[in-house]
Amino acid sequence: MKRPFAISLDVGTSLANLTGSWRTSRPVYVDRLPPCNNACPAGENIQSWLYHAESGDYETAWRTLSIDNPMPAVMGRVCYHPCENVCSRSQLDEAVGINSVERFLGDVAIRNGWRFAPPQADTGKRVLVVGAGPSGLSAAYHLRRKGHAVEIREAGPFTGGMMRFGIPKYRLPRDVLEAEINRIIDLGVVMKLNTKIDHVVDSMQAGRFDAAFLAVGAHIGKRAYIPAGSAAKVLDAVALLRSMEGEDKPLLGRRVVVYGGGNTAIDAARTARRLGATEAIIIYRRTRDRMPAHDFEVEEALQEGIMMKWLSTIKRMDEGVLTVEKMQLDEKGFPQPTGEFEMLETDSLVLALGQDVDMSLLDGVPGLKIKDGVVQVDSNMMTGYAGIFAGGDMVPSERTVTVAVGHGKKAARHIDAWLRGAIYTPSEKHELASIEKLNTWYYADAPKTVRPMLEVARRQSTFEEVQGGLDETNALYEARRCLSCGNCFECDNCYGVCPDNAVIKLGPGQRFRFNYDYCKGCGVCAQECPCGAIAMVSEEI
Amino acid sequence: MTNGTTSAAIQKLHFYQKGTFTVGNRLVSEADRSVQASIDRSNALTCGHRACQGCGEALGARYALDAALRAAGGNLIAVNATGCLEVFTTPYPETSWQIPWIHSLFGNAAAVATGVAAAMRVKGRPEIRVVAQGGDGGTTDIGFGCLSGMFERNDDVLYICYDNEAYMNTGVQRSSATPPAARTATTPAVGPQPGNVFGTGKSVPKIAVAHGIPFVATATVADLHDLERKVVKAMGIHGARYLHIHVPCPLGWGSASQDTIRLAQLAVECGMFPVFEAEHGVVTGRRKIRRRVPVEDYLKPQRRFAHLFTTEEGRKCISQLQAMADRNIAEYRLFDWEGDVE
Repeated sequence: MKRPFAISLDVGTSLANLTGSWRTSRPVYVDRLPPCNNACPAGENIQSWLYHAESGDYETAWRTLSIDNPMPAVMGRVCYHPCENVCSRSQLDEAVGINSVERFLGDVAIRNGWRFAPPQADTGKRVLVVGAGPSGLSAAYHLRRKGHAVEIREAGPFTGGMMRFGIPKYRLPRDVLEAEINRIIDLGVVMKLNTKIDHVVDSMQAGRFDAAFLAVGAHIGKRAYIPAGSAAKVLDAVALLRSMEGEDKPLLGRRVVVYGGGNTAIDAARTARRLGATEAIIIYRRTRDRMPAHDFEVEEALQEGIMMKWLSTIKRMDEGVLTVEKMQLDEKGFPQPTGEFEMLETDSLVLALGQDVDMSLLDGVPGLKIKDGVVQVDSNMMTGYAGIFAGGDMVPSERTVTVAVGHGKKAARHIDAWLRGAIYTPSEKHELASIEKLNTWYYADAPKTVRPMLEVARRQSTFEEVQGGLDETNALYEARRCLSCGNCFECDNCYGVCPDNAVIKLGPGQRFRFNYDYCKGCGVCAQECPCGAIAMVSEEI
Repeated sequence: MTNGTTSAAIQKLHFYQKGTFTVGNRLVSEADRSVQASIDRSNALTCGHRACQGCGEALGARYALDAALRAAGGNLIAVNATGCLEVFTTPYPETSWQIPWIHSLFGNAAAVATGVAAAMRVKGRPEIRVVAQGGDGGTTDIGFGCLSGMFERNDDVLYICYDNEAYMNTGVQRSSATPPAARTATTPAVGPQPGNVFGTGKSVPKIAVAHGIPFVATATVADLHDLERKVVKAMGIHGARYLHIHVPCPLGWGSASQDTIRLAQLAVECGMFPVFEAEHGVVTGRRKIRRRVPVEDYLKPQRRFAHLFTTEEGRKCISQLQAMADRNIAEYRLFDWEGDVE
């Protein structure tokens, strides 16, 4: 071929020059574990459902959420959201309002009547679930979705367990609770109320059950010995909250004292206030910072005019009068008596000192281990008796609804494996996407949305829900505050910042791919990835 | 229900993706995304080029030319001065350019671009636009006479300077854009005033503004949206336009290859590189500092400034550099933080 003067080679593209051979380390896309997911007792994939929520696809968001937790509307009201405590956004401005978006999704699902996908095929296996509380319902949901026949037997007259008998209406409206429970039952779960089990092994044999999940909760209020006159009105908080579900509301009088420092004590005092007590006083033997109750609940109670008496114990109850002893903390932080007494006029005393488990259904079951009043289970949630699993408040745990729901899911996975003669091994956890793996420059400042609260006057006299929900605008805003820690959200940064044009964009939802023919391994993509979804790995040279 | 704070929050919508600083955003329409985010961007400067790992200039050139190409509807000719960009993209007989591209001499890019624009006018092809581009050496030193001529004649050329603050491909020699105190091959870190001498050098963006040409702007590879907006604005104007893009150089600056964008960002955030724009001789806009940092934060990751951190003289140099940054901040009013601006 004839070429111009002094030209000996044809023009070619630099694409012939594979600069990937320069590389000493390569970028790889990873999915790291977001702190919120890591902290969720129910094992929700929070980052993932927020990702769908922020694009306005609430149904996919709800379906993603309910893979792990069938009760988002309940969770969005009663969960103490440990996810928000560890949210990386809290180190920029404030944590993402995960809990409020969860509630929004739950409420949207109820409003639109979204239902769970039915199980693919029935396995023919039968599982007995004892107790219709959060743990039992969660286990039933997960087992049913895996195709097992599930029957729940509940000793009480209603479903919901402590969600109904322990959490007051002003925190969890009953129509919300029932909507989410009914959706689980509609999957084909058999629900038998008023059916107390006396001997679980016999019941399993009689009903031809292949496995059982026990989740009877802890409903027996602990008592403390308090000398009391015959006319003194003393009752326990669990009984008080339970009686709120019946026709006859309890009569507490105008001055009510609650003894204890947990969330149940706060619930009892706030309930008493709504029942017409002009004074509701919580007596606790330590100080506010040592109170097991959550701070926001204490705060809400104080707003409603609940009074708190710290560093005090009750010595004696007579008709209308309570004898209280002042305490002081010793150097180890334990309260010690001072010998100083005062009298307090009161109409009734409510004890909120914790709850015990009713173990009667386990009488005579061989191999069971009971320690500190709770049933011992292995890491697979199975008790000492093969085929009987347990979870919720009746096993060693932090007693919250979310933990119970998590137990139900975990137990369901192990029961499912056990029924198939297999062993369930959870997939290995990804590396934690801690804040230093993020490049937070790319996130704009955006303060947290505050949820509306009911006016105090109505909180003191009615059982209307105290905390409001988000509307669509601010739920979307709140979802979009998520940093998407450790998981690609398709911001195109890697695609844009590569000096070598060595990132291939695959299109919406498909993420990206590295073109290792040209990637020189400079690491700019990994450095500029906002969410820490790219790792640099040494090449084997 | 009482609901005071939410409505205020809605008015100030700053979604973490929307309107923020990432290249793309899956939640906004294609039209509102950056050119670089688009799946079919033109990649005027494509793969296989021989720039160093983490080259800021290669990145800046693709950012600028892709945006210019889109703004010109694909009708673009680029004229290149001698320099890294010319050398690493066109080792004979290969080219990384996917647009018509011409290189003549080190110092005459502006004049050649003027000629190309004139030729297009004569040929009756006014829709074909011309970009001239070079490094700081070819722009602020060797090509400065031709550049000033192009400005004062108001020729229809967008001149883009990729400023990496020294002659890099020949072995890191000082240019008139090298910052004071920086170590280069010709300004070694020895003696009582180590590195480049204070009081030397010049600001070509300011000189361009003084020519009163229609549009002058500075930009960095750390703020793509700002850069693309300025390119689009420049392409919407006929006459002489000047864009000065700050492009970190891992080799010459002695920085880690992955820190290229981070350094460009720190240069702006500490005030060393003011990002502003001017029209017809008047400064009309500036990019405010978002999270102000001391100059040390910018200097520390660069080996060309390492000597400043080991001696007493060096410490004095740092405070002199801080004073320069502070003067920039005062002159261009770069810092009065009122929250992120979309």
